Amino acid sequence: MAHKRREMLIDPLVDNNPITLQVLGICSALAVTSSLQVAFVMAIAVTLVTAFASLFISMIRSQIPGSIRIIVQMVIIASLVILVDQVLKAFAYEISKTLSVFVGLIITNCIVMGRAEAFAMKNGPIDSFIDGVGNGLGYGLILMLVGVIRELFGSGSLFGVTILETVNNGGWYVPNGMLLLPPSAFFIIGLIIWAFRTWKPGQVEEREYKIQTVEAH
Amino acid sequence: MEALLSLAVKAIFVENLALSFFLGMCTFIAVSKKISTAIGLGISVMVVQSITVPANNLILTYLLAPGALSWAGFADVDLTFLGLISYIGVIAALVQILEMVLDKYFPPLYNALGVFLPLITVNCAILGGSLFMVERSYDFAESVTYGISSGFGWALAITAMAGVREKLKYSDIPDGLQGLGITFITAGLMALAFMSFSGVKL
Repeated sequence: MAHKRREMLIDPLVDNNPITLQVLGICSALAVTSSLQVAFVMAIAVTLVTAFASLFISMIRSQIPGSIRIIVQMVIIASLVILVDQVLKAFAYEISKTLSVFVGLIITNCIVMGRAEAFAMKNGPIDSFIDGVGNGLGYGLILMLVGVIRELFGSGSLFGVTILETVNNGGWYVPNGMLLLPPSAFFIIGLIIWAFRTWKPGQVEEREYKIQTVEAH
Repeated sequence: MEALLSLAVKAIFVENLALSFFLGMCTFIAVSKKISTAIGLGISVMVVQSITVPANNLILTYLLAPGALSWAGFADVDLTFLGLISYIGVIAALVQILEMVLDKYFPPLYNALGVFLPLITVNCAILGGSLFMVERSYDFAESVTYGISSGFGWALAITAMAGVREKLKYSDIPDGLQGLGITFITAGLMALAFMSFSGVKL
């Protein structure tokens, strides 16, 4: 049992990552990765919301009528997100300003809904909680990876601490401005997916059309 | 009028919901394999967006904003913290109503959009549109314009993406990039192209 739970926690990190494999939760993720600090806060927020939403939904799963389950799930998730939003506004106002609408958008983050629907409706509260934490961490992992690349090479710092001294401040590093713009997140995620799938060839998608190869005679 | 027009152009091109704010990405990536389905989804997003943004604007002004309840005698009540839950409630309810109305009065349209309508409730672009409306404090006329044009911008982006992907499947892509990977990179290139609009002065 303990072994199974550990697997549930580790599995979504690489083998079944919500972003690179399940295509969930890309929506609100990418715009918040231009600095590592913001990405970190976002990752924690999503992990907490996913874990507790799964926990609560799983606790009342046998009481929820099937026809209105989406609304019930939505209400639980929305209440949790309001909590997160209020806490951020109270204790980290600057970060909550930078995240702007993206805290609210955790409600429609497909990871939260997806795990509630796919896992928490069928499993016990503790398992659901662990599954939620695991998926939140898998999401956070990608977010941090993208955040590190974008902040380190885009502005030469990590968590706001200068690592590569930029030319503007008398250093040597010419920052790559494109990495601070939104499109760069797409490229980085695309490349991360490529790297993951080269490492784990089992994740490669089938081609829809076979390219015909000419056989040598 | 001119201000509204420039708001519309800005919402469609410069601040495109899909390509510069990454909203509605899950559906953007998942439902952009064929042009016909992409257009169907795009139109339904546009319809829902142009109803929900103004509706949420009314809710904010007359129910939630500080002092908004003065017509009911509660002048010093501030309910803005209930914002998120009300907006998502309005969106879910409106999508449900729209589904029933279409089913009763416009069956062909319902059959064409049927599959996508429930999906729209959890599309970040819809909630995002409402949240941007709140954050930028648009008035009613502005939120009508913003709703229609941001929905149109999203529809435009997903249709263009589907067009690219329909051709893309014939090309020889490295195994690891197959499918999701190359879709992301394509979306990145499209986003770069859309950024060139940001120089347009209005």
